[in-house]
Amino acid sequence: MVNRSSIVRLGLLLTLLIMPVVMTIGCAGEPAPTSQSPATEVAVPTEEAPLPATEAAELPQKLEDVTLTVFAAASLADAFTQMGKQFDAANPGVTTEFNFAGSNQLATQINEGAPADVFASANIAQMDAVVESGMAAADAPVLFVTNRLVVVIPADNPGEIQSLQDLAEPGKLIVLAAEEVPVGRYSLEFLDKASADPAFGDSFRDDVLANVASYEENVRSVLNKVALGEADAGIVYTSDLFGVAGVESLEIPDALNVLAEYPIAALSGSENPDVAAAFVEYVLSTPGQAVMMYFGFSPSVR
Amino acid sequence: MAVIDLPQDRQQSRPALRRHKAEGWWALSLPLLLFLLLPLLALIFYSSPAELVANLRLPQVRQALSLSLRTSTWATLAAVVLGMPVAYLLARRQFPGRVLLDNLIDLPIVLPPAVAGLSLLLVFGRRGLLGAPLNELGVRITFTELAVIIAQTFIAVSLFIRAASIGFAGVESELEDAAAIDGANPWQIFRRVTLPISRRAVLSGAAMAWARALGEFGATIIFAGNFPGRTQTMPLAIYLGFELNLDVAVTLSIILVAFSFVVLLLVKLVLGRGEGGP
Repeated sequence: MVNRSSIVRLGLLLTLLIMPVVMTIGCAGEPAPTSQSPATEVAVPTEEAPLPATEAAELPQKLEDVTLTVFAAASLADAFTQMGKQFDAANPGVTTEFNFAGSNQLATQINEGAPADVFASANIAQMDAVVESGMAAADAPVLFVTNRLVVVIPADNPGEIQSLQDLAEPGKLIVLAAEEVPVGRYSLEFLDKASADPAFGDSFRDDVLANVASYEENVRSVLNKVALGEADAGIVYTSDLFGVAGVESLEIPDALNVLAEYPIAALSGSENPDVAAAFVEYVLSTPGQAVMMYFGFSPSVR
Repeated sequence: MAVIDLPQDRQQSRPALRRHKAEGWWALSLPLLLFLLLPLLALIFYSSPAELVANLRLPQVRQALSLSLRTSTWATLAAVVLGMPVAYLLARRQFPGRVLLDNLIDLPIVLPPAVAGLSLLLVFGRRGLLGAPLNELGVRITFTELAVIIAQTFIAVSLFIRAASIGFAGVESELEDAAAIDGANPWQIFRRVTLPISRRAVLSGAAMAWARALGEFGATIIFAGNFPGRTQTMPLAIYLGFELNLDVAVTLSIILVAFSFVVLLLVKLVLGRGEGGP
């Protein structure tokens, strides 16, 4: 009996060991998998945003096999993966690679000397940290997009939420991002602004917070809880809604909304400053901005 | 960390004849000892004792600590009560599919905790297999303390079953048979013969399950969410602390490590005094 069970366990162990290898081989031939959104595979153009894909920001001379490393906020993953494809297509010889993570982690990595050419942050504070430590010139950062808050609800709307005011109705089940992460802070700012608005009333913030069942660790898990129907509503970024099925959204008007500003900068430690500058320029160009809009971002306001 | 002192125990109980060979083993063990100790020491030296005490006073830390102790204790009780029959079955009975059951018990150990959390949502969530009918009755599990206990039990129960099963298997069948001949019923045999003899294994299994439950993070944050005082256990508070204040996160970690260390040590000292067992 001992033998049989140990043979089966050995089999399971082998399967588990082999699985990653097989999967790696399986993936090797395919283009880099981006996310669950199929649209990232396709060239981006839509009705409202047709893209002249190979315009702007071409480098003066052809470069031999330059690899550009871009450190970008996790929320930029879908948009920048597409951006990288278009940039590489426009610049033969250039391969753009990304490191997507939380902006604070990225800033720490850059300041600890991680090899990066470009940094795109989801907030100004982390870019400032990189500038302060001398890893980017003081005049390098440029604001390139903003991200807006939006209320997300399950498609079948179990909490019967028709308006922002409904969020304060007793008994609604709401999830927010934790105050520790930027989107959580912005969500509270929105509640503060709304409470100051007579249309919502003084107690709006407290009433909504009384309905909060969980302060999630990041914006993705807020979205997932809503998509799974565990919560009646949540607050996420508009860019998070790209390619997500099973949810509806409720707009937050400009006056109450909180705009997250995204700065980008070529880093002073880059071994290919020309290419790094060209990438930043491409992100700011018309085709680059069209990619950002397609993935749910808004133009920079400044 | 809990395991380190075990070889030392054994060494001391061995005859003096063998002791002169120990130096070689100590030298060979040194890399691992350092590997385990250095990160813990680094953690401890990162902040001052004064900071540690100050952070212990924070209401959020106290809430998280008491919630963690409460839920991990309930989870351990659940693991013991629900796991004991399974451990006994695996140790004593032959039945079709035994190997499959054996493997099923191992699954929570290999499953990434985040996947465990998602699976629990799909069962106990508002639209889950069991959660949907419960929701009809007005019972919600997600985002509650019960959800924390369920997540911890799911992750920790395997450790208990493994240890207890080995303990039960180590009890000579003849002893159980003898009790049966004397007219004891199966429950009496288990209660009076098997359990006392394997007490040590059962208790150390429970201690390991408790420690695992106390450190559970991934399944909890996905299934139970994060709400201070309700579902924010120590590991969740530590993780979110990283986003905001590294010092608080580190002191929380030290508290958690110290607590587990002391409790596991106490369990071992108590077990060390006990007689019998494998």
